[in-house]
Amino acid sequence: MRKKEMMAMLLAGGQGSRLGVLTSGKAKPAVAFGGKYRIIDFPMSNCVNSGIDTVGVLTQYRPLALNRHIGIGTPWDLDRKAGGASILAPFVKDGEKGNWYSGTADAIYQNISYIDQCNPQYVLILSGDHKQNKCDVTIAVLEVTMEEASRFGIMNADENDKIYEFEEKPPQPKSNLASMGIYIFTWDVLRKALIEDSKVHSDSDFGKHIIPKMLDEGRTLYAYRFKDYWKDVGTIESYWQANMELIKTIPEFNLYEDFWKIYTNNDYMPPQYTGENASVKTSLISEGCLIYGTVENSVISKNVVIEEGAVIKDSIIMENSIIGANTVIERCIIDQDTKIGANVKMGLGENIVNEDKPKIYNTGITVIGSSTTVPDNIEIGKNCVILGNTTADMYKDNKLESGKSVIIEGAIV
Amino acid sequence: MRAIGIILAGGNSQRLKDLCKLRAIAAMPVAGAFRAIDFALSNMSNSNINKVAVITQYNSRSLHDHLSAAKWWDLDRKQGGLFIFTPFLSRENNYWFRGIADSIYQNISFLKRSHEPYVVITSGDAVYKMDYNDIINYHIEKGADITICYKDLAGGSQNPQDFGIIELDHENRMTGFEEKPLEPKATTASLGIYVIQRSLLIKLLEAAIPEGQYDLVKDIILRNKNELNIFGYNYDGYWSTLNSVNAYMRTNMDFLKKDVREMLTTQPYIVTKPKDEPPAKYNYGADVKNSIVASGSIINGLVRDSVLFRNVFLGEYSSVKNSIVMGSCYIGKGCVIENAILDKEVVVADGKQIIGEPNNPIVIPKGQIV
Repeated sequence: MRKKEMMAMLLAGGQGSRLGVLTSGKAKPAVAFGGKYRIIDFPMSNCVNSGIDTVGVLTQYRPLALNRHIGIGTPWDLDRKAGGASILAPFVKDGEKGNWYSGTADAIYQNISYIDQCNPQYVLILSGDHKQNKCDVTIAVLEVTMEEASRFGIMNADENDKIYEFEEKPPQPKSNLASMGIYIFTWDVLRKALIEDSKVHSDSDFGKHIIPKMLDEGRTLYAYRFKDYWKDVGTIESYWQANMELIKTIPEFNLYEDFWKIYTNNDYMPPQYTGENASVKTSLISEGCLIYGTVENSVISKNVVIEEGAVIKDSIIMENSIIGANTVIERCIIDQDTKIGANVKMGLGENIVNEDKPKIYNTGITVIGSSTTVPDNIEIGKNCVILGNTTADMYKDNKLESGKSVIIEGAIV
Repeated sequence: MRAIGIILAGGNSQRLKDLCKLRAIAAMPVAGAFRAIDFALSNMSNSNINKVAVITQYNSRSLHDHLSAAKWWDLDRKQGGLFIFTPFLSRENNYWFRGIADSIYQNISFLKRSHEPYVVITSGDAVYKMDYNDIINYHIEKGADITICYKDLAGGSQNPQDFGIIELDHENRMTGFEEKPLEPKATTASLGIYVIQRSLLIKLLEAAIPEGQYDLVKDIILRNKNELNIFGYNYDGYWSTLNSVNAYMRTNMDFLKKDVREMLTTQPYIVTKPKDEPPAKYNYGADVKNSIVASGSIINGLVRDSVLFRNVFLGEYSSVKNSIVMGSCYIGKGCVIENAILDKEVVVADGKQIIGEPNNPIVIPKGQIV
């Protein structure tokens, strides 16, 4: 078979638990971003725009939304005879029990036969969320501040960016080169390391095991300093911030560049319509939307209806959701297929952290899960979470105070 | 799979002036993101007609570009799929299509190699959403040889003088037909949508063409009106054809009305070739009311009662009223656009004004710099 120079393996199995209710029904890479996109569209499009035509997408946690979105890769021109997009779910093997992917490297290890079939010289490992010199591994790194550095895996490198040490979340970081979870390996070298490490660690992980092992063996590892736009959207606040950056007049990350298009699975919606009494400012509005109310500083996904008199500020509303008449929404994230009634007030009051999940909901953003219903005339505070088909009797005095949650068990099957 | 489809997309109209200088009517942009032929093509695939021929002739390059992949309409099939027929030279034949009947006859192998009993013929120039199964069922129920779809134009904005007028008896049997009559006897206009048995169409074409009869209406339908059972099928949904600048303007503006727009927002959807543009971006100066804005557009100014296609840039302090702005137009700062149609890739420099009359929009041709 013809040798491929480079293929990509995209780790898309993560739950992304810090995104709270947004990932209760789908994996983090399937979460909506920037209006019409999903997070995975960005690495997928980057692969295609970089000329990589073979992409394995490793799924595990709630893969349905992701599988439907990727299909056979048509939106990214990855419906190819040789290569293209392949969804790689964990599977049962002959004569032994199947295993879930228990670590990032383990996931690649379990798909060695797929990569062997593609027969690449190099493998690019991307997280769902080039090559240089003559080396075995290149690791993409981002220069972060020294204060932030203790939150990341840190690469200590010499003046030629040759890595001599790796420290996972060091309390006293020696450098500020944070791993972005993007690696390029020479496939022969990685293949050998994966097989060897799988005998030692069943939860084999790139950061914890493979990279330190390669350093120990004296392999040549180089850091590639990434200077462009890279954002971690792992928390509710950082996810909200990254969306809001897109609506600046000239955003740092510009979706409107022709030569580096981001592709997504188009749902063939007609252009959006803005009504007679509508007002829209500093916002992104996607196809299929019907805007009859007021929208400011917000990112609105496909096919959203905002009824007359409704006011949306500093919020993210995902596809197919309907916002009732005269409802006021401030600093909220509303997941897809949700219906908010009329005269609802959301995101008001004091900034009290969420009682149940204070580590997830603590910056004042109220989050409404997917396929949720909020009845008419309800007042909802900050850092609230609502999930499921809620009715008026679930809200005392038609109110949900800041920091409280209404989560219907089994709302997501 | 009881029918195959033929979409006639060869047409051009002098009455569309510069808008049709470089494109077939079927390739005219409509409603912010579509081209006219998307409606006929989507109707075909939404009606489970999976074998569809598009016959092109006039200025077909933009149409071929649009149809370069059939997958958007689910017409990338091993069984059936999309066929595009253009005129070609051969030893026997060195002329363009001499009429609609001739254009079908020159591709008669498409009919002969099919096995479906019925053929649905429609124009690619009209904007409408129809389930062709309804008209096929009616055709079978009536025991018709040919069924012609018509619409009563009484009370509407379309003039019967511009259409073929079909006269019908109380059973809806055709009794007469006049092409663009100066004094119409009726207001029931043929929509150019026909259902006919495939075998009968082959027979009629093989009889007419060698005798130099090349027109579908005159030479196939009217010539045989006494021998065949020809029925009318009444369609009362939205239908509009792009036969003049005013009709083009009106059709686009119709999509600002809720009932017409629902054609696009309800299933089954009208589908077009995706362009992967980012969401429309409204900046601080944006003030948009009663308008359609397509993806990829960046709005800094005022928009009223208008249709903006993809990738339009509207500068600060500029206003667009009652106008159509096609894809990739750039409008600078402080411009005034009123009652105008800006074809694709028009550039309007800062401070310029383009003002037409309410019922006579000014047309700025493709790529012009104002």
